[in-house]
Amino acid sequence: MVKDILEKPESFYEIFERKSGSNKLTTHYCPGCGHGVIHKLIAEAMDEFGIGDRAVMISPVGCSVFAYYYFDCGNVQAPHGRAPAVATGIKRAIPDSIVISYQGDGDLAGIGGNEILHAANRGENITVFFVNNAIYGMTGSQMAPTTLIGQKTTTTPYGRSARNEGYPIKVCELLSSLEAPVYLERVAITDAKNVMKVRKAIRKGLQNQIEGKGFSLIEILSPCPTGWGMKPVDAKNWVDEVLMKTFQLGVFKDKTAEAAPEIIEQKEFTSDEILKILGASKNGSDFLYDKPEVKINYQNPRIKISGFGGQGILFLGQLLSQSAMRSGYYTTWLPSYGPEVRGGTANCHIIISNNRIGSPLGAETDVLIAMNLPSLDKFENDVRKDGLILVNSSLISRNVKRNDVEVLYVPATELADEVGNTKVANLVMLGAYTAKSKIFSHDCVLFTANETVKKKEFLKVNEEAFRKGMEYVLNNKHKKIKNTIL
Amino acid sequence: MSELNLEMVKEDPNPARKKHNARVEIDGALCKECLLCIEACAPDVLKVSETLNKMGYHPVEYIGDGCTGCGVCFYVCPEPGTIKVYKKIKAA
Ligand SMILES: Cc1ncc(C[n+]2csc(CCOP(=O)(O)OP(=O)(O)O)c2C)c(N)n1
Ligand code: SF4
Ligand code: SF4
Ligand code: SF4
Repeated sequence: MVKDILEKPESFYEIFERKSGSNKLTTHYCPGCGHGVIHKLIAEAMDEFGIGDRAVMISPVGCSVFAYYYFDCGNVQAPHGRAPAVATGIKRAIPDSIVISYQGDGDLAGIGGNEILHAANRGENITVFFVNNAIYGMTGSQMAPTTLIGQKTTTTPYGRSARNEGYPIKVCELLSSLEAPVYLERVAITDAKNVMKVRKAIRKGLQNQIEGKGFSLIEILSPCPTGWGMKPVDAKNWVDEVLMKTFQLGVFKDKTAEAAPEIIEQKEFTSDEILKILGASKNGSDFLYDKPEVKINYQNPRIKISGFGGQGILFLGQLLSQSAMRSGYYTTWLPSYGPEVRGGTANCHIIISNNRIGSPLGAETDVLIAMNLPSLDKFENDVRKDGLILVNSSLISRNVKRNDVEVLYVPATELADEVGNTKVANLVMLGAYTAKSKIFSHDCVLFTANETVKKKEFLKVNEEAFRKGMEYVLNNKHKKIKNTIL
Repeated sequence: MSELNLEMVKEDPNPARKKHNARVEIDGALCKECLLCIEACAPDVLKVSETLNKMGYHPVEYIGDGCTGCGVCFYVCPEPGTIKVYKKIKAA
């Protein structure tokens, strides 16, 4: 299609409403920045392929983080370096989408080095536009993995030295050793001739994806006048005269002709199949238990549960959240693991609320369930005044030091042992907390526990443990509970 | 190089012999004075204006004659909507 008029492509928004400030017609990029030219070429290609409606751009962290100001298409802004992973997810979930991972060199070759390696190695059917400006533009000109030997940046004030910082990483060369990529080319934003080659490469990268051929990455050497401390025209010349010496232009891999279009089978699942896969049941998905009357001090609790890995800490949190859902509350469950999954410490935050929840991480804790001593040591002081602490007094041999909180000492591990399994100490605590707070009905918790526990042989012992915990609290209701272990 | 005819840029810009209506429009309010277009324009028909735009730049403007419609300035300009090129359409 030959156009008579060259003008702003339609795949750009007419007005950049999302951009802050009053100037909504120009980009936020510095004068002479290569990102702008590359954007224009992508938008033009999107127009011509007519893919605006199904294109999803993944914008990176870096100067182009705001790509979503400009492109009239889907957009997800990914954490630093993770664009290829996000692109993978979107492409696989919606095979008909055209997914563009747009990344700078700090993003792609630095923090995201392994993401791109594996996306390329899997041969994801995505298109990656890799903008190599040999520097971290956004953060103020620090060295990038692609910074040239001898190039001065704020973090290499005497110039990059191979001994200190290693050699510039040549992404196309590196990826060309992999089997899967279909098309790898390095092009450059310099004079009109080279810009036209960029234009062609961008189209080819998109065309490959449209035809289902597989992974394409186009590395674009791009001027960053600000980061390099040069005038735009000098920066453009520097790409030509200097940057291109280290990063040679050319096609590093091109299997476009022989790559067979990938047939993507998308299986449709019925809701029954999904339930089966998840091991869930539809039973009772349509009813709620009544919310009991809850004392003001126990309403809307932000709960922290902490203990050893293996004590069922996260599971206890899940049961609380599930019971909350079944009682019609809003709830969140946020697990936090130690560096090791087994044997380390584990904790989770649960919020249960009558109101919508802004953040799953409360600034304060209303209820602490401490299953071991390190947990009490660590979190005792995070509990708000008049908050509640449940102490597993079987394993914690000290009193709570605070005297402005309510404390319930529950010998959870011993009570669990009495029903024949110390592992259900978490359910003892659930019983204790439910009896104390009355935040859900007992029936509700038992129903949830029965639904959630996969191994049905545990149902009985779980229920017994839960009742033990409840009874312990109810029977000791009028006594001032004191720790006897000391 | 389907849409960009680099041969055109070598054409004699002498308006007296011009048989087409190619021209360029530059929205001065959106120009950041990077000068990449001026550098790239072979017939040298663009110049920096003396006025300042709201962003504080001296925008580039068309001298009014001699544009061959080659499109080079459009493609080297980093701003999406600053330059509009009416390519060479034979005058009827
Ligand atoms: C996890 C994380 N680490 C570090 C940063 C800081 N940071 C923001 S942009 C950037 C570098 C971007 O450089 P590049 O990818 O080359 O893009 P450019 O800005 O040059 O276009 C860094 C390190 C961040 N935002 N997030
Ligand atoms: S710092 Fe560099 S990459 Fe970032 S907008 Fe400015 S010129 Fe472009
Ligand atoms: S289209 Fe642009 S670059 Fe080409 S002659 Fe006209 S003004 Fe110059
Ligand atoms: S290339 Fe665009 S922004 Fe730069 S001076 Fe020319 S018109 Fe202005």
